[in-house]
This record gives sequence, C-alpha cells and structure tokens, in this order.
Amino acid sequence: MAEALDTIHSVATPEGVELDLRLAGPVSRAYAWLIDFLLRLLILLVLWIALIPLGGVGIGLWLLTWFFLEWLVPAACEAYLDGATPGKKMMGLQVVHDDGTPVAWPAALIRNLLRAVDFLPLFYGVGLLSILVNRDFKRLGDLVAGTLVVYRDRAHKPAAIPPAAPLPSPVALTLTENRAILDFAERVSTLTPQRAEELAEIPTCLVGGAHGAAASNRLLQIAHHLLGRRAR
Amino acid sequence: MKQHLFEERHAREWQEFEAWLERGDKPRGEPRVAPAQGALDGAEIPQRYRRICQQLALARDRHYGADVVERLHRLAVRGHRVLYGARGDRKNRFLFFVFGGFSRLVRRERRNVALAAVCFFGPLFAMIAVLQAYPDFVHYLLSPAQVTAYEAMYKPDAPRLGRTPAADSAFAMFGFYVWNNVKIAFQTFAGGLAFGIGTLFFLLFNGIVIGAVAGHLTQIGYTEPFYSFVSGHSALELTAIALSGAAGLKLGAALVKPGRLSRKQALVTAARGAAGLIYGAAAMLLLAAFVEAFWSPLTEVPVRLKYLVGIALWVAVFAYFLMMGRGRAH
Repeated sequence: MAEALDTIHSVATPEGVELDLRLAGPVSRAYAWLIDFLLRLLILLVLWIALIPLGGVGIGLWLLTWFFLEWLVPAACEAYLDGATPGKKMMGLQVVHDDGTPVAWPAALIRNLLRAVDFLPLFYGVGLLSILVNRDFKRLGDLVAGTLVVYRDRAHKPAAIPPAAPLPSPVALTLTENRAILDFAERVSTLTPQRAEELAEIPTCLVGGAHGAAASNRLLQIAHHLLGRRAR
Repeated sequence: MKQHLFEERHAREWQEFEAWLERGDKPRGEPRVAPAQGALDGAEIPQRYRRICQQLALARDRHYGADVVERLHRLAVRGHRVLYGARGDRKNRFLFFVFGGFSRLVRRERRNVALAAVCFFGPLFAMIAVLQAYPDFVHYLLSPAQVTAYEAMYKPDAPRLGRTPAADSAFAMFGFYVWNNVKIAFQTFAGGLAFGIGTLFFLLFNGIVIGAVAGHLTQIGYTEPFYSFVSGHSALELTAIALSGAAGLKLGAALVKPGRLSRKQALVTAARGAAGLIYGAAAMLLLAAFVEAFWSPLTEVPVRLKYLVGIALWVAVFAYFLMMGRGRAH
C-alpha cells in the first residue's frame, strides 16, 4: 500500500515488519495551529483582564505566562501528553520521532523553538514551503528535530460482513483478486445496495451473469469461502 | 491457512495484547489500572509483540482482508510505541545535566562557544572602546530617543536602576526580562538554520547595541549606576547569550560543512547537542532575569558589594564550565 499512497511513511522495525504512519498534511496542521493560537489568545486575554489591575506583579506574571505559552508549553504538551498540543489532539494529530516512537523532550523543544524560523517571513511561509517540498510533510523544525506529525490511530471497528452461505469461486483467483473481493465484502455494509450491486456486476466470470442483489450476494458467498468458512 | 481459521486461532492472543495496551498505553509511567486476573505480565510483552509482528507479516503476505491486517497493524504500532518509546531512568536526568552534563557539553562544543563569544563580546568591547574615543559615534548606533531613555534609566540619582517608567516594579521587570531575554536567546539559536547567518546577525547586533549603551553611559560618566546594575547579572546573561549563539552556530555548521553525513542527517545530529546548549542557556537566563529584577536595581546595597557579587558570579560561571563534571566517566 505504501507505494501507492505517498502520504504514508513506512518505518521498518527490528521485528521485520513495516509500520505505516499516516502523515498529516499542511491543512489539518494549520487548523491545529489555529486552535492552539486561539486558545493561547484566550488565556492571555483572560489573564490580561484578571492580572493587569494587580499592577507590577500582574504585569510580570502576565509576561511570564506569555513567554511560557509561546515557547515552552507546546513542547511540554508534546513531550508529556502523548505528542499532541490541544489543537493537535482535536485534529487527531500526534508528533512522533522519525521511527514512530513517542516524541521526547529534546526533539519536542527543538521543533517548537525552530517555529521562529518556520514562521518567517510571515504566516509560516518557510514552514509551508518546507512542508510542500518535503516528502514527509516536515517543516524545518521537524527536519532538524527528526519528528513527524501523523494521524493518531482511530479505534478499531471490526467490519461487519453480511452473512451468506460460503461458495467457492468458479475460477482460480490471484492474491490481489482475493483481496479485492474481501475488501468489497468488508465495505458492502457502508455502500448503498444500488452501488454494491453495480460493483458486484463488474466481475462477470465470478457472478456468472447474475444481476442486482444476486450478484452482490454471490460475491459475498465467495468472500466467505475465501475467509475459510465452509458450508455446513 | 484460511483467514477465518487464522483469526479464530489468534483472537484470544490479540485480545490479551489489546487489553494490556489499554491498561498501559502511556509510553511512560505506571499502568493506570491494576492488572486484572489472568492479564498479561509485563515480562511477556516483548515476546507477544514479536508474535503480533510476525502475524502481521503473515496476514499481509497472504493478502488477508483489510480488516484483520488493519487490526494487527494497529496492535503492532501501539506495541512499538510502548516498547521502543520507553526511555531509561528519567528521574536523575535533570541533576546529571546540571552537575556535569551541561558543562561537559559546553567544553565539547568549545569551538562553537569560542566563535560565538568572539562574535558577541568582540563588538561589545569594541563599541565601548570606540565610544570613549569618539563619543558622537553613538548616534550611528542608537536613536536619540533610545539614548535619552538609557540615560534616564541609569541616572545617578535614580531610586531604582534600570527601570523604565512604564514598568516600575521588580516583578514586572522579571517577567519582562524572561520574556525578552530568553526570546533573544531562542531567536539566536533558530537563526542558525539560515546557514548560521541569523545567529551571527543576532550575536553581532546584540553585541553592538549592548556595547553602545555601555560605552555611551561610561563616556558620559554614569559608570557607577550602570556597572553596579549590570555587574550582578552580567555573568549569567552574557554567557547564556553566547551559548545560545554557539547552539545556533552548531546548526549552521552542520549545514555549511556536513562532513560525511547528508545535510539533513548532519542537522539532526547537531540538533541533539544544540538542544542541550539551549536548555542550559535558557535556564541561565531565567536565573539572570531573577538577579536582574530583584538584586541589580537595589540602590540601598553598597556599590562595592554589588561589584563583589558580580565578580564572584563571573568566577563561579567560569569555574562551573571549566571544572564541573570532570573525571566522571559517562
């Protein structure tokens, strides 16, 4: 799959399997940044109203908060909250090292400090350019820190394959064809019946010229057979 | 083996692994919930994880349905995060860094540190010297408004030194110093990505401005208020700026002469060391801001004591970087 989709970053593990990380593009990252930015603005605004009447101490605290929110809090969030600032969390994003392991302090700090460069000349011009040029959607901070921004895995929902009596395929199938039929069976519950039937009518040699619901059912039967279920 | 049989045979194993991940999916720290009866033992996990990986490889190779491949892949990714994300003992990392790690790093990076120091302190002292000989030169460097502001801040009869009229409280100044000085350090570091040119710019620029202020105030005879103000925090602050410059130059050097690595790889390698320098510099600047806000402006303290403290801090900073953490194997 990794060859077909270039938004996937494969990590080869010592166990000899490739793990596919789904890279996050500039748009979802921009949304995440916007959420973080508005959150920061809100906190600073509230603190401004609350602290400024306190005079000197208030001003000091406010400037300190600004400093920490701007530079260190995002890095701390990424290092301790599973690689995500609040904005990234809402967008389902996560920062990981290049090898897919959770991001640690040094890398989190570097990528956040180098935002200063990515932000140039205005509104992340350099960062966007770098993201577009780079294969892994990395801004400069990510390049230097050796980090990736990826989509967090969603909870696994087992696909429901509608029941059907298993039936062997009338012709020998290649592995890819097997897979296509299984994919059809796993997704059929998300399609409208019309679309499912339309798709099922395409492999005529399998469905034997059957039409409509019969064709779709025939493919499901073959899928059940491929899964290894046998007619009792 | 058919997929149905494969799933049936291993379903239990996957469930157990999933349950273990649910309990302790945090890459670090203790599992959140006490282990249930019959749950997996932590020691078993690496072996279980390897089995999951092998089953994933099999499922892919045999072109099983996307569903089961996806499920195994998810288990493998999460297992990978937990097993390979575990970093050793983290409790003492901070102390190790303070008592030896940082100074060793600075000594290892002495060439970058020296270059950054020359670029920063060179123009600083040059400006002080130039302004003694040609007092009017200050107008090439600072605007008249700035000159007036600095003169007002260090007037010999000021009750508190170094204060702007807008923020006349120690804590406000503390916040300002942290916000401003650490930002300068971070910018100096980040400028290294422009092949080091940004870093050089910030070092030279700050050196010239600080030198111009110091030179001008010396020349008009505000020596005592000015130097008694800066002596306390100068050691920490100026050294930290030079160190953040060294971190930036390290990044720049990785781009200019990556050696036998690719530029990208050289950057990643350089960044690891540079991160340490930046932590250290930021911590020093926090300390410096504290001194600058709460100690330096005091006029009740005898001037000699302030000079003495200033000198002691310079000695301490040098001693720290030259001697701390030697002779311990790491």
